[in-house]
Amino acid sequence: MIAPGALFWWALLAVTWALSTWSFQLYKALDARWIIRFPKGWQIDFEGWISAAMKWLLEDATFGLFTFQDLTRFVSSLIELPYDLARAALADGFITGLGSNAVQIAPPLGWVAVTALMMLLALYARGWGLAVLVGACFVYLAVFGQWDSAMVTLASVVIAVPIGVLGGLALGIACYRLAWVERSLRPVLDLMQTVPIFAYLVPILFLFGFGPVSALVATVIYAMPPMVRVATVALQSVPPEVVEAGHMAGCTRRQMMWKVLVPSAAPTLMVGVNQVIMLSLNMVIIASMIGAGGLGFDVLSALRRLDIGGGIEAGLAIVVIAIALDRVSQAFARRLPDAAPDRGAGPLQRHPYITAALAVVVATYLLGLALPALQDFPDRLTLTTSAFWEEAMRWINVTFFDTLDAIKSAFLTYLLLPVKRFFTGIPWAWGILATGLAAARIGGWRLGLMAAVMAGLIACVGLWDKAMTTVYLCGVSVLIAYAIGVPLGIWAGQRAGAHAWVGAFIDTLQTLPSFVYLIPVVMLFRVGDFSAMIAVVLYALAPAVRYAAHGVRSVDPQMIEAGLVAGCTPRQLLWRIKLPLAAPSLLLGLNQTIMLAISMLVITALVGTRDLGQEVYIALTKANVGQGIVAGLAVAFIAIVADRVISAMAAKSRERLGLT
Amino acid sequence: MKHIAMSAALAALATAPALAEVESQDPIRLTTHDWTGQIVNATILQDVLEKAGYNTELVQADYIAQFAGLKTGDLHVAVEMWETTGREAMDEAVATGNVVNMGEGGLVAIEEWWYPSYMEDRCPGLPNWEALKDCASEFATSETAPMGRYLGGPVTWGGFDEERVEALGLDFEVVHAGTDAALFAELESAYQREAPIILWVYTPHWASVKYDGKFIEFPPYSKECYEDPAASVNPDATYDCAKPSGPIWKVAWAGVEEKWPGAAEIIRNYTLTNEEMSAMVSAVDLDGKSIEAVAEEWMAANEEKVDGWIN
Repeated sequence: MIAPGALFWWALLAVTWALSTWSFQLYKALDARWIIRFPKGWQIDFEGWISAAMKWLLEDATFGLFTFQDLTRFVSSLIELPYDLARAALADGFITGLGSNAVQIAPPLGWVAVTALMMLLALYARGWGLAVLVGACFVYLAVFGQWDSAMVTLASVVIAVPIGVLGGLALGIACYRLAWVERSLRPVLDLMQTVPIFAYLVPILFLFGFGPVSALVATVIYAMPPMVRVATVALQSVPPEVVEAGHMAGCTRRQMMWKVLVPSAAPTLMVGVNQVIMLSLNMVIIASMIGAGGLGFDVLSALRRLDIGGGIEAGLAIVVIAIALDRVSQAFARRLPDAAPDRGAGPLQRHPYITAALAVVVATYLLGLALPALQDFPDRLTLTTSAFWEEAMRWINVTFFDTLDAIKSAFLTYLLLPVKRFFTGIPWAWGILATGLAAARIGGWRLGLMAAVMAGLIACVGLWDKAMTTVYLCGVSVLIAYAIGVPLGIWAGQRAGAHAWVGAFIDTLQTLPSFVYLIPVVMLFRVGDFSAMIAVVLYALAPAVRYAAHGVRSVDPQMIEAGLVAGCTPRQLLWRIKLPLAAPSLLLGLNQTIMLAISMLVITALVGTRDLGQEVYIALTKANVGQGIVAGLAVAFIAIVADRVISAMAAKSRERLGLT
Repeated sequence: MKHIAMSAALAALATAPALAEVESQDPIRLTTHDWTGQIVNATILQDVLEKAGYNTELVQADYIAQFAGLKTGDLHVAVEMWETTGREAMDEAVATGNVVNMGEGGLVAIEEWWYPSYMEDRCPGLPNWEALKDCASEFATSETAPMGRYLGGPVTWGGFDEERVEALGLDFEVVHAGTDAALFAELESAYQREAPIILWVYTPHWASVKYDGKFIEFPPYSKECYEDPAASVNPDATYDCAKPSGPIWKVAWAGVEEKWPGAAEIIRNYTLTNEEMSAMVSAVDLDGKSIEAVAEEWMAANEEKVDGWIN
């Protein structure tokens, strides 16, 4: 028996499968080649238009007194100033004069000073436990010889994060105050988050010039959207009583925002800050491709000479910075306000932390003059595990290659290739229709129309085949990531001990640059779809685990109590109560898994896939603005359709459970 | 402060007696990319220019995307633009009039099918290409069997390998790596296991120093072979021959000539050879020396040559 509701889905699948299998025969029988290939004559030349528009923007656009490029260059000089300062303080030292005439006025902060300052910050935010963790992270950087690069990276994070946070907050406030801003900004934010960074790197280079500033701009574009979203939600969810109290106290509009709304939303806002920090660190590698230098560059150049150990050490340095900054920012989010300082106390007592920080800087500077080891960590004391990793990799390669090869072949034959054949066989016209029908069935006709239009646009620019390869690769990867991640998350969600370990593991996976494991994966599985799939699965695993754990943990304890009273076995408890109630959270996890899988696409192009990621990458290497943006938008469309469809499913499931 | 700056400048003058008055104190920005040979090359040119009294700066930039900066004068000099991979972008940039070709850098790029020496036992007759006709199956993997598997460079490198395979009747399937890191990761893996592999290798690169192997000898390249089917071994197909080898060019922002005429002269003069480059790259990538140290050693060993370029 098939339920009438399910009939639609079976019919849709059957038709799609039949068309996909016999599309070639159909084309031969009807002599209609348009069935399998989108006719060249119908293609719309968005690529050319975008390239032309870009050229105009660069060469001719003017506001009368100054050109568009003058404007962007002015912005870039505004960003460059604080960046140079941060870099001087952390990495290069303060220098006057040029080249051979350069004279150092003051050295950068030494490793002891930076470590002590970070520990002080942690102490202020939480306490000694956190301070020790942060201290250990920074000592790792010094001991493993990553210090100089790490400080260059830290300098760019120190600049990118405030810009991202303040910009995000400003836009969030605008969204909060004006409904139309929120409506019109939402699609822009979607695009900022889903268009692969490679797609807009070239225009950014053109506009903001070469060097670290462009990298910073790209980082901010990528890292800011969550801040805008979080800020909007945080302001909207300030309790009405608080707002009311503000009104009664006679607040002006400005006072209302800065003295009432923002402070009460502060804990939620810190979640946004945390996201900005993490995403900025995710960008480290890509930023280094356009001149940011630092750890990202070290990872890339280590892997180019196949120094896997060097890549891992530099990659772990990024993880370590991420962990330190993440924990500190989370501690700030949960921090209770200080007791008001005693009015009678002097400035030293009122600002103990600032005083201590100044003391650290002065003391380490003076001591550094006498003991250079406090300024620069001595080279001969640095450690490296490079040889160990190299040997380990060789051993795995020689011992297990054949076994792994057999596993890979099985995966390819029974999973990857059939799915690939199915997706790439779907004739474009039916593909557009089927996407529309499926989306409409789940989320109403508006969603259906939007999905069909987006699919149609992809076909119109001649990227249908590559888009289908993308869907296949992401689809399979998401399936596997979800199949591994959800059980892991459920397990971790039920055991507090496991939770900490699993959490640390997925944090590492998410912040470790994918390049670090991409090269070993290629060594073991050769270039091709399977290697790409593994890289995507590793990266996209985190949200599947995190949301499953969150979903299981946040099930209402009364429901569990009720289950226990009714005599449920642990298994029944899980399957009958916890999982159904966690469904919305699981769907949200699925959504995020898909988003991350799609954002990994461009990276997979580096191991030789033939999807939209490759298209974007080719555009980057040829500096073709139009091609890159068109392919980037195609990726964004796939992501947006997936996001909307799954959000609609999650909304339905919440409704069914009465959780709204 | 001024006093310190002055004395430092005097000290610099004292240690570099041949210092001529330079046209501008602004730093000349040399680009570096993400492979060792190129960074060594840029560092040596930097040392040469500094010896002549110019201020310089190394700026990291993408190989192709750097043209955007070279056109506007954000960047000034790129020391390695390979005929084989950068020609198209270079011609396009030179055509705008904002970028100039500063001549050959002395290095010659060779790109070709390459195999590790242990394959000679399994496929007798190598490096002659005709041996590949009989032992394509030796290079097969589970995905390509019974065809041999040839690992080509990223699609953006071009190279016409699909056409070559057809034209020469080789039973090979061309698989493209996405980046050169992936390319050499596969070579490293196969080399450790002494497993069969044949792939695209280019020199100057550390791979030809680290691994023992040879380039395949295809029928020699000629322009006609690429354009006229009648030329070379297969009368019905083009690309039935080896890949062309090509010079590696130096390019610069057009304004360099006006702003630093002396430096432009030095940049034009500056050359390295393949042997020097291979030795330096393996010193860095295989022996773990720092790029700066290797560049300094080269400067010390070639003092006369450098002085000749400067004056």
